[in-house]
Amino acid sequence: MAVRTFIEAIREGLRDEMRRDAAMIVLGEDVGKKGGVFFATDGLWAEFGDDRVIDTPLTESMIVGVSIGAAANGLRPVAEIQFADFIFPAMNQIISEAARIRYRSNGTFGCPITIRAPFGAGVHGALYHSQSVEAFFAHVPGLKVVIPSTPYDAKGLLRSAIRDPDPVIYLEHKKMYRSVRGEVPDGEYTVPLGRATVTREGSRVTVVTYGLMVHYALDAAERVAGEGIETEVVDLRTIRPLDAATVLASVRKTGKCLVVHEDNRFGGFGAEVAALVAEEAFDYLDGPVTRLAGPESPAAPYASVLEDAFLITPEKIAVAIRTLAAY
Amino acid sequence: MYSRGVTNSGAPTMPDPVARSGLPAARLREIYRLMALARALDERAWILNRSGRVHFVISAQGHEGAEAGICAALTPGRDWLLPYYRSMAAVLAFGMTPREVMLQQFGRADDPGSGGRQMPAHYGGAAHRIFSSSSPVGTQALHAVGIALAAKLRGESAVAIVMMGEGASNQGDVHEALNFAGIHRLPMVLLIENNGYAISVPAEKQIAVRDLAVRAAGYNMPGVTVDGTDVLGCYLVMREAVARALAGDGPTFIEAKVTRLTGHSSDDQQTKYRTADDLAEGRGRDPLPAFRDELRAAGLLDAAAEAAIAAEVRGLVDDATDFAEAAADPDPATLTRHVYAEPDDAGTLSPPPGGGPS
Repeated sequence: MAVRTFIEAIREGLRDEMRRDAAMIVLGEDVGKKGGVFFATDGLWAEFGDDRVIDTPLTESMIVGVSIGAAANGLRPVAEIQFADFIFPAMNQIISEAARIRYRSNGTFGCPITIRAPFGAGVHGALYHSQSVEAFFAHVPGLKVVIPSTPYDAKGLLRSAIRDPDPVIYLEHKKMYRSVRGEVPDGEYTVPLGRATVTREGSRVTVVTYGLMVHYALDAAERVAGEGIETEVVDLRTIRPLDAATVLASVRKTGKCLVVHEDNRFGGFGAEVAALVAEEAFDYLDGPVTRLAGPESPAAPYASVLEDAFLITPEKIAVAIRTLAAY
Repeated sequence: MYSRGVTNSGAPTMPDPVARSGLPAARLREIYRLMALARALDERAWILNRSGRVHFVISAQGHEGAEAGICAALTPGRDWLLPYYRSMAAVLAFGMTPREVMLQQFGRADDPGSGGRQMPAHYGGAAHRIFSSSSPVGTQALHAVGIALAAKLRGESAVAIVMMGEGASNQGDVHEALNFAGIHRLPMVLLIENNGYAISVPAEKQIAVRDLAVRAAGYNMPGVTVDGTDVLGCYLVMREAVARALAGDGPTFIEAKVTRLTGHSSDDQQTKYRTADDLAEGRGRDPLPAFRDELRAAGLLDAAAEAAIAAEVRGLVDDATDFAEAAADPDPATLTRHVYAEPDDAGTLSPPPGGGPS
């Protein structure tokens, strides 16, 4: 096993799949010689050339729409949207087209595309380089939405996403690219879509989260462990389809559920988890299902003091765990 | 250069259609038959709508000539069609049957494009390389470009033809598609069927230029405006575009000026926003009698042949109507099927190079 950063694991996942499947192409802004603004595609152009690593114009709708057509004619496109904040020009192609081509054709056409996008705050990206966009896509039948938290999962889930016959939105919290490391096997492995994992076992409170917040939740769990609060952390890994069974099993054990995400709270993904728990595990609850989420601002502002005020931190999560545990 | 022949004195000539097109007489009669069939199916759909048997019609009447001419230069089975809701003649040219068209009109389970999920005229047919179409206009331009890109990268000889109205041509997706197709010299042809109206909004309020084809210059591709009521004029333009695409010389932008003989749809009354003169002029540009007269004048279509085609078309439309009306509705239990891939669905495996969708 080798230790890899989060972005190295993504890069290797792309490279290994391109070696495995000659039909796979990568397309997006600056993905070629430059290797992407974060270097997620670094080295791919040198190995696979212009035909399979395509620098596109600054046209997000085109990146997705062309991927849809290419997939219909036998390719496996993996599109990079440079920042999740810039995905909105492609919303019509993603929601009206990619998500429902299979449904509207009654299964006679598929749309096997993967759309990667860095998201999230904490790197001074301000309003247009820091948004969380997962809730928009999680709402849409026909899409799958993947948000990995470890290098191992990043590579294994990416490979599953690329091989999946349906469109997958693959969101990468950019703060993790170089700050998160972990062991990644050298050989072939995949991590299935739609399966959550219990990252830390505990008995008093369940924290349901994904992406960067998994690390913060683990940090918070460590902080409160010394106070006798045993916290279970559920990493969703895929938010659509949602692994309801793992969430419910955990909440039925602990009786307390805290959902954490950086995206703002109103209409956010936490509401879906809270509703699931309320509907399916009501009799097991020993406290209100609680959400800790980003504030009601459209995204993180630029000035450091404002950004710091915006961000979820391990300490904020620890406070929420303590409050819920004491209920 | 592709408009109808005009002598130096300005008097119209009627060049021999066989000599002009290089197509044999039988093929020309087939094109006429296709147009007549498309028209008759369309007219039947209106009758079914007005008698309460189908919910909705969006009409292709007036567009058949351009589509029939364009498609005559294409090769079904090899080429891809990205249709829109006025592509009745095109889907028939690509191999959809009258029964299949009517199954979709009625929203029946055996509708091959969508199993009754889509509104009428939202065509799709994997077996014929007719890509699934939606209602947001212009989006299919990008799919055509992607299909053409895949064909080029896989070394497959194929052309993607994408059709839309002039209203859709204003969408950003169309700009993004043409730009990318121009950059990569993709084997793709855009056909704009300019009927002068985006529902009720006339061309002068939609488009800053007279001829849309001038936009092609911005994408480094040829742009041609052609009389969409001149079937063989459309064919000749497309023949050249197909040759260019297959030679690796890139895309072509074709604008066919057509006439919309009906309202936008069965929920539209165009007398509210079009003058009587405008409507009369539009009726005068009907491509069906124009092509019939062209063949008649050249002695390629006699009364007996015309009557035989009319009888055959009537029989096909009657059969398709009866067949589709009697066909089974979709099972409500299938409502949430095919949201995600099922084992026998398309796209579960990459098709082999050169192969179409399964």
